[in-house]
Amino acid sequence: MTFDVWLSDPVNWVYLAIGAAVLLCGVRVVTSQNVVHAALFLVGALAGSAALMLLLSAEFVAWTVVLVYIGAVIVLFLFGIMITRAPVVRDVGLDNKKARPVAAVVALATFAVLTYTSLLAFGNTEVARVGDPTPTETLAEGLLGRFVLPFEVVGFILLAALIGGITLARRDLSPAEEEERGAV
Amino acid sequence: MTDLLSNFWVLLVLKVLVVATLIPLAGMVIGFAEMKLSAKMQNRVGPYFAGGRWGWAQLIADGVKFFQKEDLVPAEADRAVFKFAPMLVFIGTVALFVVLPAGPDLVVQNLDVGIFYALAISSISTIGVLVAGWSSANKYSLMGGLRAAGQLIAYELPLVLSVVGVVVMAGTMSLNGIVEAQAGWLSETGWQGGLPFVIPQLLGFVIFMIAALAELSRIPFDMPIAESELVMGYVTEYSGFRFLFFFLAEFANMFSMSAIAATLFLGGYWAPFVPADMLNWAGPAILAAKVGALVFLMIWFRWTFPRFREDQLQSLAWKWLIPLSLLNIVLTGIFKVAF
Repeated sequence: MTFDVWLSDPVNWVYLAIGAAVLLCGVRVVTSQNVVHAALFLVGALAGSAALMLLLSAEFVAWTVVLVYIGAVIVLFLFGIMITRAPVVRDVGLDNKKARPVAAVVALATFAVLTYTSLLAFGNTEVARVGDPTPTETLAEGLLGRFVLPFEVVGFILLAALIGGITLARRDLSPAEEEERGAV
Repeated sequence: MTDLLSNFWVLLVLKVLVVATLIPLAGMVIGFAEMKLSAKMQNRVGPYFAGGRWGWAQLIADGVKFFQKEDLVPAEADRAVFKFAPMLVFIGTVALFVVLPAGPDLVVQNLDVGIFYALAISSISTIGVLVAGWSSANKYSLMGGLRAAGQLIAYELPLVLSVVGVVVMAGTMSLNGIVEAQAGWLSETGWQGGLPFVIPQLLGFVIFMIAALAELSRIPFDMPIAESELVMGYVTEYSGFRFLFFFLAEFANMFSMSAIAATLFLGGYWAPFVPADMLNWAGPAILAAKVGALVFLMIWFRWTFPRFREDQLQSLAWKWLIPLSLLNIVLTGIFKVAF
C-alpha cells in the first residue's frame, strides 16, 4: 500500500493527528521543568494512546487505560509528588540538558525494537475496522479460557510484587518506638 | 423526519444539545431541591423571594451572579493549570452522560462496555480536583486536594467492585443490557423475567451508595471541602464562572451517580406494569423518579450524619467496604454457577 492511498482514508488522518499529539505530549513529559506539568502531559499522552486503542476497535483496552493509568496511576503519581515536594515555580534541575542525546538514542532504539518486533509479528495483518468494536465477550473468553494460565501467573506475580513492595517500604518500629506508639 | 434523524451529524448535534441542556437543568433542580429540603429539615423557609413563589428562581439568580463576578487568579498560582482544572473536572461529568439510558432507544450511545466506561471516565475528575488544589498555591487548597485524592483512591475500589456483582448477574456491561436483565412481568404462572438487582444484590447496593457518597465528597464524606477546617479546600481560590463549574459539576455528578445507581440496582427506566412498548415514552419519567428518590436520600444523609474523621474514612473503606465487596463477588459467583 502506497502512502497516498493510505492517506486517502480519513481514519488515517485521525490516526496521524492523535499520533502527533501523543508524541508531542511524550516529549513534553521529559522536557518539562515542572513535575506536575510533566504528570499532566503524561495524562495527555495516555489519553491519546487510549484514543489510538479506540481506533483499533479495542474498546475495553482503551477504557482500561483510562481507568487504570489515568484514574489510578497518575492520581497516585500526583498524590506522591504533592505530599513530598511540588513547587509551583519551575525547577531547572528537572531538565538535564546534558543527558538529552543519550536519552534520545535510548528512546529511538526502543522505538526501533518495538516497531521491528511488531512488524515481524503482525506485518500486513488486517485489523478490525473502526466502528466495529471487538466484543468484550471475546476478550473475556480468551483471557479466562485459552490464556487462563498465563493470566493467573501474571496475577500471581503482581501479587508477589505488591507484597514485596509493602515489605520493602515498611520500616519496623524498634521496641522503644513501639512503646511510644502504644502510649498514644 | 426519520430521514433527518438517521443522518449521523444531525443526530449527533441533537444528542449534544440534549446533554448540554440536561446538565445545567439537572444541576439546578437538584441544587434547588437541596436548598429547600435542607431548609425543611432545619425548620427554616429557605429561598423565598426570588421569582415570586417558593423562591423558584433563586438558582437562576445565583447563576447570573457568578457570571458577573471577576475571574480571579491568585498571584502565586500556576495560571494555565489553575484555569484548566475546572474544565478537567467538568469533562468527567459531561462524558458520563453518554451511556445513561433513559429508555430502550433514549441513550446517546449504548456501549458494549457501558458501566466500565462510566467508572473509567468519572475518574478523570479526580485529576482535576488534585491539580486545582495544587495550582491554587494555597496550603488549604493543597490539603483539600490531597484529602480528595486519598478519599477517591480509597473509594474507587469498593465502587468498582460492588458493580462486579451486578455485571455477573446481568451477564453484560452494557447499561441497557443491565436494565433488560432486571425487567420482569407478572404472568399467570407467576413472576417472569428478572428482579431489580437491589433485591439479590442488597449488599452491593449499600456499598455502592456509600462509595458514591464518598466519591461525590458529600457529607458525611466532605473532608476535602470541610468549611470549618479547610475553608472549602480545593475550591477556595476559585471565583466567578470557574467556581460555577465546580458547583455545577457537583450537582450534575449527584444526578449521574444516582442515575447509575438507579440503572444498576433499581431497574433504571423499567418499572413493573409498564408495557414494554411504552418504555421509550415513560422511561425518562420513571428514571427521574428513581433518581429523585436517591438524591433525596443523599440530602437526607447530609442533615443526619456528622462528618467522618480522616482515619475513620480510610478504615471504613479498606477494612470494611473492600473485603465486603470481594465477599459479595464470591457469593454472587457461587450463586450464578450453582443456580
